[in-house]
Amino acid sequence: MLERLLELGDSIVARAKAGEQLEAIAVNERDTEVRAYDGDIESFTSATSQGIGIRVIKDQRQGFAWAGTLDPDVIDATLSEARDNATFGTVDPDLGLAEPDNVPFADLDLYDDAVANFETEAKIALALDLERMAGEGDSRIMIVESAEFADSVGEAAVVTTNGIRVGGRECGAYVSASVIAGDDDETQVGFGYSVGRDPSKLDLDKAASMAVERSTRLLGASKPETGRITVVLDPMVTAQFIAIIASTLSGEAVLKGRSMFADRVGEQVAAAGITLIDDPTDARAFTAGKTDGEGLATRRNVLIGDGTLKMFSHNSYTGRRLGQASTGNAVRGFSSTPGVGSIALSLVPGNRDQADIISSIDDGVLIQGVSGLHSGVNPVSGDFSTGADGLRISKGELGEPLREFTIGSTLQRMLLDAVEVGSDLEWLPSSAAGVSLVVNDVTVSGA
Amino acid sequence: MIDKAMLAQTLETATRRGGEFAEIFVEDRQSSGALLDDNRIEELTSGRSRGAGIRVVVGESTGFAHTADLSQSGLEQAATAAADAARNGNGSVTTVALSERQVASPNTVSVLPESVAKARKVELLELANDSARGAGSSISQVSVGYGDLRRRIQIANSDGLLTGDDQVKTRFSVSCVAMGDTGMQTGRESVGHSIGFELFDRYDITELARRAADRAITKLGARPAPSGEVTTVIGKGGGGVLFHEACGHGLEADLVAKSATVFAGRVGEQVASPLVTLIDDGTMPDEWGAYAIDDEGRPAQRNVLIEDGMLLDFMWDELRARAEGRPSSGNGRRQSYKHLPMVRMTNTYIANGETDPADIIADTDSGIFVAQLGGGQVNTVSGDFVFGMTEAYLIENGEITEPIREGNLIGNGPEVLMSIDALGNDFAMGSPGTCGKDGQGVPVGDGTPTLRVPALTVGGTAA
Repeated sequence: MLERLLELGDSIVARAKAGEQLEAIAVNERDTEVRAYDGDIESFTSATSQGIGIRVIKDQRQGFAWAGTLDPDVIDATLSEARDNATFGTVDPDLGLAEPDNVPFADLDLYDDAVANFETEAKIALALDLERMAGEGDSRIMIVESAEFADSVGEAAVVTTNGIRVGGRECGAYVSASVIAGDDDETQVGFGYSVGRDPSKLDLDKAASMAVERSTRLLGASKPETGRITVVLDPMVTAQFIAIIASTLSGEAVLKGRSMFADRVGEQVAAAGITLIDDPTDARAFTAGKTDGEGLATRRNVLIGDGTLKMFSHNSYTGRRLGQASTGNAVRGFSSTPGVGSIALSLVPGNRDQADIISSIDDGVLIQGVSGLHSGVNPVSGDFSTGADGLRISKGELGEPLREFTIGSTLQRMLLDAVEVGSDLEWLPSSAAGVSLVVNDVTVSGA
Repeated sequence: MIDKAMLAQTLETATRRGGEFAEIFVEDRQSSGALLDDNRIEELTSGRSRGAGIRVVVGESTGFAHTADLSQSGLEQAATAAADAARNGNGSVTTVALSERQVASPNTVSVLPESVAKARKVELLELANDSARGAGSSISQVSVGYGDLRRRIQIANSDGLLTGDDQVKTRFSVSCVAMGDTGMQTGRESVGHSIGFELFDRYDITELARRAADRAITKLGARPAPSGEVTTVIGKGGGGVLFHEACGHGLEADLVAKSATVFAGRVGEQVASPLVTLIDDGTMPDEWGAYAIDDEGRPAQRNVLIEDGMLLDFMWDELRARAEGRPSSGNGRRQSYKHLPMVRMTNTYIANGETDPADIIADTDSGIFVAQLGGGQVNTVSGDFVFGMTEAYLIENGEITEPIREGNLIGNGPEVLMSIDALGNDFAMGSPGTCGKDGQGVPVGDGTPTLRVPALTVGGTAA
């Protein structure tokens, strides 16, 4: 299939006229998803998603069009639409496709036949087993709201008139459960998951017990009093925050005056000990990949090193406008032009695990989950305030559950107040890895 | 789009191995967008996607497959995959006789966006950019977006239903950044309707752009929001998102069936203040969440969910309705042909009250006035919800005073509903929204008059 995508790309690029730069992206993805409910299959979905995107740059103007199919018959219509769109763009001498930069591609093996060959019956069995295990995990579990297995196998190719012709394929498998614990008076929900490159890496026990623990431990939760306090962010929460912080370090945000960190390279922006890395060449990351959205090699980028802002991430365009090279951070699907984004973020872990960290905190809150991040964080101003639930930390021990409160600060202050990173680095099915993070002086708003 | 004989043939293949219900959903989606950012027309984008999703229901199990190949063989393949996925064993051949039914659309489209020259769309972006930048020297960045969508759908099912809809949407948004001594602030405005390019006859986009800019400029002088419980007055229009989150999701029958909502089993009970009448109405003409038929082919309806505080009914899709032996309420929606439908809201709003909104403010000693809300999220199991405030002010001694910075509001849906103690007579719909549920986004509208909640927790940073 990958060869077919590359050939489709070749056939698009071969249509380029004199003075025209063309870029084709072609994607093919096969997914299955099995949901179990009440001991039976609730739904079984098998899906194939395909598409091409064509970018045209002519006379320093850019246009784009896409189609949700690999049918060669739509190429001409899509290309002529992209060409027409290009006539309306603003003239910009920095527009252009990526230039091959000789950075070597990482030797990553992200594909395993095991996913493509995994039997339907086995997928169903995993979903049903997970549902049963989650339901039996604790007598207070009232219902397993959802238990699912999902896998995907995908290929993507980028071909350009600049001589770029690359492709990659990858696969992954995932299980997750959501359970409701409680009684007639009160219910709480908890979520657990496990992810792997192939189904043999999935840990159903972990997914089930995580969902059970996260729901049952919130039962009886009350609202905390308002005040400033030290919080420990659970790995999944940290991952969400570092993804937002990295978005403020994109060359696009800097270029367009939307980053509070513009002009601050070389300055201390975070507490000593905080090192934020975006490394898509790390095979442990589930978002790893050897090429970016423009077909350049991905690379290991240290965004913040020991508290000091080191760099911004770029695609070819933002790099060119700021007189720098692409950092291999073009991100996109087939239905959009390349943006700038981080791909596989992580904080360099510290020495103590979460339990050790908690044992040395006299008064604080463990933040188990946050909600409303998309509305509660303003990545331009840095203001944030988000709904949260979790457990009180008192004299080094986890105490009573807390809910219906918010945590607030600014992203700038939060980075400076992040005093310790845990040793519990955990790769998640997202662009950022999780790890426990201790942040001082966060405003908790409750009663 | 696909002829009747081919649809019937596909449904027969889908039910060849048994199954109570089979359906084919065909979608042809054309979109175009234009973006101005940083004083440049960055790009015009056009997209086209076509395909069909086929599902087969056996007992409580659903098999689903989709394809972008709309030929007879492509559809047959998908139908077979869906039938296999539903794991039914010994079926017999069912003949499906399709009878066509057309439902009139509540939406009036007079100018198809695809018929409008791209140059005209670009010109609108530039007009809005100039207007926003002219609002004040502190405006440091402006981004303007235009988008239109034409979505033609066709639905046929094993009950013999054959129907379709031609849905058009047009939207426009302006986002501004203002720079001041204390850093950057943002302001945003957007409009969107299920109509064509005549959207721009209804709205003055230079005025819209100026409002977005003013919002950002106002916030430059804003002080940190208070923390803790405060009396909260929510202005007309934008307050709808509160009800979307605080109780709308909790009234979706698929969540009710799994007892995953605090409202399960409470029909006939008082669940809200007597001031509250909550309606979900897919027939509201031209609104963002309006349509002739839902994505299962059922006509959109006006559904009164809560009347004078009493819970009357939930929202239903075909599958949940069948299980309960009742009709769908026209709330079965999906993001695209690649997705299974589920229960979704359309235009959700609180009916008008009787109080002059000025009196509500005057009657509030201290609290906050929220003029614009951002998005939100709810945990339907506990009822706890959050939503962001993107423009808010302090209320001191019955008057709106200083602006406050952004923050989230948090509360518990059932408690907030019961506690609403004032409702204005100034009903308005809010901005167009996208509701996300289970990873699927669909367009929704919401609206409210001005209203007051005696205690909501504001998550500010001023402790």
